[in-house]
Amino acid sequence: MKNILKLFSVIILFSASSVNVISAEKVEFLKTDWTFKGLFGKFDRASLQRGYQVYTEVCAACHSMKYLSYRNLSEKGGPEFSVAQAKAIAASFEVTDGPNADGEMFQRPGKLSDKFVMPYENVKAAEAANGGAYPPDMSVLVKARGGGVDYIYSLLQGYEEAPSGMILDDGVHYNKYMYGNKIKMSAPLSDGIIEYSDGTNASVEQMSKDVTTFLMWAAEPSLEARHQMGFKAIVYLIILTILVYFSMKRIWSRVKSEV
Amino acid sequence: MSDHEYTPKSKAGKWFNDRLPLLTLANHLTDYPTPKNLNYWWTFGGILTFCLITQIVTGLVLAMHYIAHADMAFESVEHIMRDVNYGWLIRYIHANGASMFFLAVYIHIFRSLFYGSYKSPREIIWIIGIIIYLLMMAAAFMGYVLPWGQMSFWGATVITNLFSAIPFVGEGVVTWLWGGYSVDNPTLTRFFTLHYLIPFLILGLVVLHIWALHVPGNNNPVGIDVKKPSKDTVPFHPYIVIKDGFALLMFMIVFAFFVFYAPNILGHADNYIEANPLVTPAHIVPEWYLLPFYAILRSVPDKLLGVVAMLSAILILAVLPWLDTSKIRSAVFRPLYKQFYWILVADVLILGYVGAMPAEGLYLLIARVATAYYFLHFLVILPVLGLKERTIPLPLSITEPVLGGSPNMAMAKKNESKIE
Repeated sequence: MKNILKLFSVIILFSASSVNVISAEKVEFLKTDWTFKGLFGKFDRASLQRGYQVYTEVCAACHSMKYLSYRNLSEKGGPEFSVAQAKAIAASFEVTDGPNADGEMFQRPGKLSDKFVMPYENVKAAEAANGGAYPPDMSVLVKARGGGVDYIYSLLQGYEEAPSGMILDDGVHYNKYMYGNKIKMSAPLSDGIIEYSDGTNASVEQMSKDVTTFLMWAAEPSLEARHQMGFKAIVYLIILTILVYFSMKRIWSRVKSEV
Repeated sequence: MSDHEYTPKSKAGKWFNDRLPLLTLANHLTDYPTPKNLNYWWTFGGILTFCLITQIVTGLVLAMHYIAHADMAFESVEHIMRDVNYGWLIRYIHANGASMFFLAVYIHIFRSLFYGSYKSPREIIWIIGIIIYLLMMAAAFMGYVLPWGQMSFWGATVITNLFSAIPFVGEGVVTWLWGGYSVDNPTLTRFFTLHYLIPFLILGLVVLHIWALHVPGNNNPVGIDVKKPSKDTVPFHPYIVIKDGFALLMFMIVFAFFVFYAPNILGHADNYIEANPLVTPAHIVPEWYLLPFYAILRSVPDKLLGVVAMLSAILILAVLPWLDTSKIRSAVFRPLYKQFYWILVADVLILGYVGAMPAEGLYLLIARVATAYYFLHFLVILPVLGLKERTIPLPLSITEPVLGGSPNMAMAKKNESKIE
């Protein structure tokens, strides 16, 4: 048993050290309670729905989310809009389809199976409209940034006056949490910029939290299923390990040896 | 291979076995006499087999949904994550499985180093193992390229560019590897093909690895030869099977933790950004399991010599059985070697750490010292130590330390160990 403990401590040490290496570039991000962290972490449904509202009313003007479909909005583990609501959301967007029998592209209202409509035709168009900076696609943005949700959450609230001595070009803004502190995006959120349909006070902090939660779900739509399955799988493995341990002891009791 | 003749009991079994002795093989594997004092460090062979099979099975499913095209690879991975039933699970098992595979192989290799398992008569097992390890690195590297994220693309660019260090033909070789003038679609498709091929090469080598193992039988923590079968051995089934199974389950708990609760922690965030040849990431770092060699590569100021140093660091292991002059296998009976062993472990961990850091200032200095020490260990310390070291007398049989709880020195006979 001593050996097993030794082995385990090595593995845990390894995991801990690898985590340290990865999070080596440290900036103290703003912290908030994320409901989706931890063994049983789940998304806050209301927050996801509000987050979608922030995304669609603010971010979606520039940021695409090309890997998501409108049907995802009503799927389990997500914002869980009703199917009717998701259909209505989809229908509020114009989708280019075609070619039709005449060989023409045409516009039609969105369907559940459509991907999120992109704000720009292509990357070049997006760059041209944003002073040369491409507003990154938000589908997996949370996973594509070192600090993950904490980074996005902080960034949204990190706009400040540039410290004296720092010269900012036209269209460049100062952000405490941005790599290099210079960001092309102007502060996207301000208190009351949107009116939440559920009446929640739309403070910058609240909106940052909601939209970040939404982005987390967008990047990791099976997070809840993963947590649930993970708990079951690990409990199952632990029980099986204990049973196998005792059968092993039993079998090895036939020989004079330690196991 | 087999120590005794085996005859199947049933007539049909005998008929079949005379034509293809699969039953003899099964009997050999079941009865295979194994030293009974093997500790848990010996369970990683079985764990590695599990890792290989897991990678092959999950990889097979992923390959059904993945599209090896520069314009579609990234999207197809997201398709797997979102639209394929349990695609996220399969991909996370595969991605973390690579890390688990390397974790296990490093423990397996360092176990061999500690207990001298590479020494006569097990040199061929060891060399096959090193080839497997090399192929694993190739497979892992190419696999990391497939999602076509930023780290995939730039990692591939950096590593393939190493070949340009070859004098005269370097540039041509790189163009040939790429199938063009930069890492692009032809590179991706060939990497996918090779990534699919290599695991089966590894599987074949694993069969040889085990075959070669079954000729002399397992080494053991005491490191002395055991008579087989004898009171020092137990049949592989059920004793080792259940023990390996128990260890495998413990390993799977750690594995499951990563898959379900920290699936991206061992990866790099930049790989969730689609490959862009026009934007270079701030730091290009390989996966954690390649970091020590990456540190060695970068610690040498000259490109060609850096590549030579990195390759030598791996290939030097292949000649280890002849560099280590000590006849005593287990570090348990080599007090000095034991200390140098742990220094080497620390050295490799340090190399891994500085490999993840920018190659400048203090980090670079540490990397250089650690690289120098790495080679010093194999080229100077090991050969000299084997000749000079005062070793502890070996016990007569493994039963002594096993029954006594610790090696009983008083009862141990002084044998061929070098005492001057």
